[in-house]
Amino acid sequence: MRQAYRWTVLPGMCLLALCALAACGGGGSSGGGSSTGSTTTAHNFAAGGPNVVPISVNAGPADPSDQTFNIPLVTVTVCEPGTTSCATINDVLVDTGSYGLRLMASALAGQSVTLAPMADPNDSANAISECLPFADGYSWGEVASAIVTIGGETSSGAVPVQVINDSSSPSPAAPSTCTSDGISLNSVGAFDANGVLGIGPFVQDCGSGCATSATNVYYTCTSANSCSETTLPLEDQVANPVARFPTDNNGVIVQLASISAAGAATGTGYLVFGIGTESNNGLGNATVLTTDNEGNFTTMFDGQTLGSSFIDSGSNGLYFPDSSLALCGQTVPANEFYCPSSTASLSATNQGEDGTSSSVPFQIANLSNLLNDNNGSHYAFDDAGGPAETIAQFGAYFDWGLPFFYGRTTFFAIDGASAGGISGPFYAY
Amino acid sequence: MKLNPPGRLLIPAALMLGAIVALASPALAALGGSADSVSADSSAMRGQLRSTSLVQYDMQEITQGAQTVREYVTRSGQVFAVTWQGPVPPDLRQLLGTYFGRFQEAAAASHRTNPGVHRQLNIVQSDLVVQSSGRLRAFRGLAYLPALVPDGVSVDQLQ
Repeated sequence: MRQAYRWTVLPGMCLLALCALAACGGGGSSGGGSSTGSTTTAHNFAAGGPNVVPISVNAGPADPSDQTFNIPLVTVTVCEPGTTSCATINDVLVDTGSYGLRLMASALAGQSVTLAPMADPNDSANAISECLPFADGYSWGEVASAIVTIGGETSSGAVPVQVINDSSSPSPAAPSTCTSDGISLNSVGAFDANGVLGIGPFVQDCGSGCATSATNVYYTCTSANSCSETTLPLEDQVANPVARFPTDNNGVIVQLASISAAGAATGTGYLVFGIGTESNNGLGNATVLTTDNEGNFTTMFDGQTLGSSFIDSGSNGLYFPDSSLALCGQTVPANEFYCPSSTASLSATNQGEDGTSSSVPFQIANLSNLLNDNNGSHYAFDDAGGPAETIAQFGAYFDWGLPFFYGRTTFFAIDGASAGGISGPFYAY
Repeated sequence: MKLNPPGRLLIPAALMLGAIVALASPALAALGGSADSVSADSSAMRGQLRSTSLVQYDMQEITQGAQTVREYVTRSGQVFAVTWQGPVPPDLRQLLGTYFGRFQEAAAASHRTNPGVHRQLNIVQSDLVVQSSGRLRAFRGLAYLPALVPDGVSVDQLQ
């Protein structure tokens, strides 16, 4: 637990972070796990532009007692279609591991916008709700249509979004087939964010499976708030809003400035729309990792072939199987993180579906120390990690979470789009 | 249903009967539950069921669209392990049965200590192991009861 020390960020710490972003290159990094970002220098987004949005990694809306770190946040605006009623929501999590915009109802409350529930295309008397599954639980709430604006880009037409109902007694209530996913993740505290901006390499959050069979993801709810599983056509599923922009819609770039191995109070960077669509967002000499139909590539690490690997800004650490690294035990959450006695310098090789590969050096520090050093004032770490289980039947994975992004320019090309002359889905860095 | 290896010749007939019943209303037996209760289970997963008899256990596979659930049943008829894979997770309350509460407790504990992680949840306890991971379009998991795993069977080698 890190609640013992939660002090206001000092101005000097911000300056250090800005320095690293603007011009210091790798000089500020004392061996942080991110030295091979080959394209960082070629992409200077400091000048801004309509397709550039600042990212900040900071405490955000997290409860001070939360063990929060590596949460990348942006600001998003949603408007009621056909009106000028809009709400600007800050502290929305940038998540390359999901698809679609989700906002907490509490963050929308009090703003001059009402996002009406989407009518069931098969029964206009009903409204569509969604149960968004996670590995440990679910987020439940109505699907609504909104005009989405992020930075200088606005969706052409309404985009299906999810309004996560974080009231104490949601109405309609989550059905039992939804709550069977685990625990309720219907709260700002569940994500330490006011919402989730899913901008990973797919368009819809579920895809054809939810269009052809009724699953415990989309529900049709009567006016009496009785909900049952339903199919939902692709065009009505909650969608990556980037794919609905009129331009710069084939993917995104996430770039975070380098930080030191001790971490930083604030991480800074950019979310950039489009790949090879403007003068500022070309692929350059980035290594392209094509993926399977789940968005996975292969990571080879320590003699293991981890065939379901992915790059995920929504994961706060690097999660991978390494039985030689000490776990944190009971001091920090039980066995969820690595706490080696001294920082481990490691390397893995990523390989795309087409065989292209690249070596990635990284470091794993003692997370307990990272969180407690500097009076607990740091929220950005490029060397936090934890174990991932290997399920023999399905293979294993390396979850390249936010530590991977520091000091790198990482590209996410959307399924079905062409980016830099290459068909998505792919990752590049 | 205690059978010696030669007696396995009798199993297909018994399994066939089970499969026919299950095809009418294929359902999940819960972890730790009795395979005999499959067809009586109230919450059905609408899918196709395939049964395979192996030397030390039976495997029942239910597929619905891109989602696959496998249940591993001991010779005495108890479900000792389940696995799942698909674009969305299966009904874990149904699949984990009486152990679903333990899953929720572990999720809640992890949520308190590490709110930044929703892509995986691992429970390693003396009587229960659950490994749940995934993100949209790519969920997978394994749950088993160490005490019920047949002698000589490695969970890593379940087919």
